[in-house]
Amino acid sequence: MDPQQLKGVQSERLAKLAEYVYSNSPFYQQRFDQHKIKPDSIKTIEQITDLPFTTKIDLRDNYPFGMFSVPQKGITEIHVSSGTTGNPTVVGYTKEDIKLWSDVMARALCCAGAEPDDTIQIAYGYGLFTGGLGFHYGSLEMGLTTIPASSGQTKRQLKIMQDFKPRILACTPSYALYMAEQAKELGIDPRKSSWKIGIFGAEPWSDSMRDEIENLWDMLATDVYGLSEIIGPGVAQECPHKDGLHIFSDVFFPEIIDPATDQPVEPGQDGELVITTLTKQGIPLIRYRTRDIVSMNIEKCRCGRTSPRISKIKGRTDDMIIIRGINLFPSQIEEVLLSIEGTQPHYQIVVDRKEHGLDMVQVQVEIEEQLFSDEVRKLNELKAKIQNGIEGVVGLRVDVKLVEPKTIVRSEGKSKRVIDKRKN
Amino acid sequence: MRLKQISVFLENKKGRLQDVCSLLGSNGINMRALTIAETESFGVLRMVVDKSDQAIDLLRKNDFAANVTDVVAVEVEDKPGGLAGILKIISDNDVNIEYMYGFVEKFSDKALLVFRFEDTDHAQRILNENGVSIVAEKDIQGL
Repeated sequence: MDPQQLKGVQSERLAKLAEYVYSNSPFYQQRFDQHKIKPDSIKTIEQITDLPFTTKIDLRDNYPFGMFSVPQKGITEIHVSSGTTGNPTVVGYTKEDIKLWSDVMARALCCAGAEPDDTIQIAYGYGLFTGGLGFHYGSLEMGLTTIPASSGQTKRQLKIMQDFKPRILACTPSYALYMAEQAKELGIDPRKSSWKIGIFGAEPWSDSMRDEIENLWDMLATDVYGLSEIIGPGVAQECPHKDGLHIFSDVFFPEIIDPATDQPVEPGQDGELVITTLTKQGIPLIRYRTRDIVSMNIEKCRCGRTSPRISKIKGRTDDMIIIRGINLFPSQIEEVLLSIEGTQPHYQIVVDRKEHGLDMVQVQVEIEEQLFSDEVRKLNELKAKIQNGIEGVVGLRVDVKLVEPKTIVRSEGKSKRVIDKRKN
Repeated sequence: MRLKQISVFLENKKGRLQDVCSLLGSNGINMRALTIAETESFGVLRMVVDKSDQAIDLLRKNDFAANVTDVVAVEVEDKPGGLAGILKIISDNDVNIEYMYGFVEKFSDKALLVFRFEDTDHAQRILNENGVSIVAEKDIQGL
C-alpha cells in the first residue's frame, strides 16, 4: 500500500477506535477522562502519542473481563496466557476478531512463502495458547491443507511429515531442532524431509539458530511474531529475504519508544515495541506496552512490501523468560516458594537449550534449615511440591534442584534470579 | 536414652563429604557412626558424634544445612541372628523403622546399631520392656 494511503487508513481507524473504546470500555472511558482526552478530537494517526499507554498490569488488574469492550455474550472465543502474579491474562475475540486473526495469519503464511495448494503441519500447541489455533485459522483462510498436529509426539510428527508431505512446518524453533535430532535417531535424513518452509516463533531465537535449522532440515526458516494481548501469532512475519519482520501496520500500529522516557526513538534505534490494535473489537488495546525490545526499519523491503519491519526481539524491559511459548516470571517462582513453607529461600532459574534440543528450565533452591529434613523421602516430597506448584502457576514442568545454603552466587547481597544460557 | 543424630544436606559434588569430615576433625569432634542416604542430585549425611551440640553449631556456622534428630542406639549380639532378634521385637510390636545403620567401631563384644523410629518414645518403651540394651549419650562421649 502507498504510505500516504496507509496513513489515511490508519488515521481513520484510530479515530474510530478512540470513539469505540470510549463508548464501550469503562476502563478506557476512565483513562481518557483522566487524561482529558476527547475521543472526537483524535483525527490523525500522529495524535496517537496523545493517548495513554496500556500495560500488562492493566490487563491483570481487570481480570477477567474488565478490559473487554463487548459483553461476554458477544465474545466467541477466549484465550488465556500465564500472568505475572496470580491472575493470568485473558483475551476475548468477537466473530469479527477471529476473522481479523484469520486474515493476518493468512497474510503471515503468504509472506513466509506459502502457496494456496500447500499443506501445512501445525505443531504449535492447540488450546488456550494462541499458537495452534492462530495458525489454524490463517491456514483455513488461505485455503491450505491443514494438519492440526499440535505439539509433542515427535515420532508421530515425523510420520505425518513422511506420509503426508507437507511443505510447511509451524512450531517453536527449539522444537524444530529437537525434531531433527529425533529424526536422525530414527534413521530419517532431515535434509530429505518434505518441509521446505518453517514458520517459527513463540520464543526468542537468533540468526545462528536459524542457520542451524536451515542446515539441518534444508529449509527456509522464517520468524513469526505475536502476543496474545494483541491477537496471538500474526502480528509480524518475515518474508523469504529474512530481513526483519513485516508488521501488519494497517491493523496493528507500531511505535518504538524509549522505555525510560516513553518518548519515540528514531527509526533503526532499539526501543520498546508499543502496539495499538486499530480494528479489534473484543479487547482493543491502545498503545500496549509489549515490553519487547526491537528496532524498526521503515525502508521498502526487497520483496516489494512497504510495511515497516521490526527486528528479532533483542531483549525485554522486564525479567520475563519465554520458554516454549510460555511466559515465566521470577515472581511466579517466588510466589510458589513462599506458599510452600512460608519462607522465601534463595533460588535461581537456569534456562538452557540443549544442543539440538528443547529449552529446559532448572530452578535451584537453597536448602535452608527450616526446609531440611534428614529423611530423603521428605526432601523428595519438597522437591515435588515445588515442581507441582510451579507447574500449577506457570503451566510448565521444570526441573527442581535442591542445593546447599549460600551456594547461589549473590551480587550486592541479592542473588541473580535468572541465568539464561540460550546462546543459539 | 536417646541420642542426637546430626544430619547434613550435601549436594552431589566432589569433596563435600570430605569438607564435613575435616571441619569436624579439625575441631576435635569424633564421628561414631555414619551413613549417607543418596539420590541422583543430593545426599543426606547422618551421623552420631561425640559432641553433638558443638558439631551442629559448627556446621551451621559454616553454612551447611544441618539439623538434629532423635535416634536410638541399641546393642546387638554380634552373632548370626542377633539383629533378627531385635527386629522381631520391633515388628511384633508394630514399631516402624524409618532407617538404620551401624556404628563404625565396637566398644564391647556387642555390635551397635542406630535406629530412627517413626515414634521414638514408643520404640524405646518396647525395647526397654524387652530387655534390649540401649546406649546412652555419655557412653558415646566416653568411647
